[in-house]
Amino acid sequence: MDINVKTDDVSEKENAFNDSIQAGKVIEPKDWMPEKYRKQLLRMMSQHAHSEVVGMLPEGNWITRAPSLARKAILIAKVQDEAGHGLYIYSAAETLGMDRSEMIDQLLAGKAKYSSIFNYPTISWADIGAIGWLVDGAAIVNQTVLAKCSYGPYSRAMLRICREENFHNKQGYQILAYLMRGTQEQKAMAQDAMNRWWWPALMMFGPSDKESPNSADLLKWKVKLFTNDDLRQRFIDRTVEQAQAIGLKIPDDKLKWNEETRHYDFGEINWDEFFQVINGNGPCNKLRLKQRNDAHTNGQWVRDAAKAYAEKKKTN
Amino acid sequence: MDSNHQWPTWEVFTQKKQGAAHEHAGSVHAPDGEIALLNARDVYGRRQEGVNIWVVPSNAIIASSPEDAGSFFDPANDKMYRSPNFFKTADGLKQI
Repeated sequence: MDINVKTDDVSEKENAFNDSIQAGKVIEPKDWMPEKYRKQLLRMMSQHAHSEVVGMLPEGNWITRAPSLARKAILIAKVQDEAGHGLYIYSAAETLGMDRSEMIDQLLAGKAKYSSIFNYPTISWADIGAIGWLVDGAAIVNQTVLAKCSYGPYSRAMLRICREENFHNKQGYQILAYLMRGTQEQKAMAQDAMNRWWWPALMMFGPSDKESPNSADLLKWKVKLFTNDDLRQRFIDRTVEQAQAIGLKIPDDKLKWNEETRHYDFGEINWDEFFQVINGNGPCNKLRLKQRNDAHTNGQWVRDAAKAYAEKKKTN
Repeated sequence: MDSNHQWPTWEVFTQKKQGAAHEHAGSVHAPDGEIALLNARDVYGRRQEGVNIWVVPSNAIIASSPEDAGSFFDPANDKMYRSPNFFKTADGLKQI
């Protein structure tokens, strides 16, 4: 089926588009696509890019206080990767026809959404471990699937990101594993981080599909290949064993292996908290927005200098 | 208008190793080619992904149109004899 069928009839074009997606075709920027597909992708990709950028803030908080030079170098590299991830995805999103500056303006004005997880504070060093292990672990489950999505530029950006996320995931796990071999205080610190990050990490996959307004379209168009609940379950199944291996307890009394389904059963997620946080009432929403705006404003001289330098070279 | 709003985009091509072809990696924003190269290195080459980078102004790339792909590539469509698989050779022959 030819995706770019020559006709002025939109419904005919849309049928051809849907058929070619079903046949496994990957959509490229210049291919015809339904306006809604473009809009949904832009919404999803810009939110994803913003999440990477805002994600630098909670971790950046610990760069000056990392417990050793090696930890500091690793953390700086990780935070730099998050900036890079944001740039890959902005670049991919721009192929859908929106300029990066417009997306960034929306973020700085507080009009754009980003992952709710980054509105939680990082109050101990163990939180840096929990972010790498749990938050990036959840992101890997999500992004490994997105790497097979129907939009070419997004899928290619995800492939690149997934390679780097494995480093993030392992360095985080190692921070906690190390603490769990330490003193009572260090073990307690690791467990405390686990207790605070576990549920927000599960919320990262989004609301249950029954309450996720965009899921049906995204699944039809293979932007999403699995439901939010499927991916959440996948994350839980692979993470429980990792927690047990280093002696961390998962803060869920209802967590139990189900021999019949071959999955872990787990307790009720507090969706009220999730909606509070994405609607601006999380512990750090205002702080993150302020930090991001400050970083942008404080970087103005770098952008000015680069531009002045380019202009000066042009005239010489 | 903020100065970063006016930076054009540059398409980035990286060469994995000496002798390999350059491959499209993505794009960066930069005020000129020199800074585009530095940005491309930081964004697409943090882990020794390449030994060489090209940056090209995005608007300098001229692409064929997917809508016209049928007629555009038509000249190659009916010339199966250009493929070595087209030719039958002698039975039992191991190699030609």
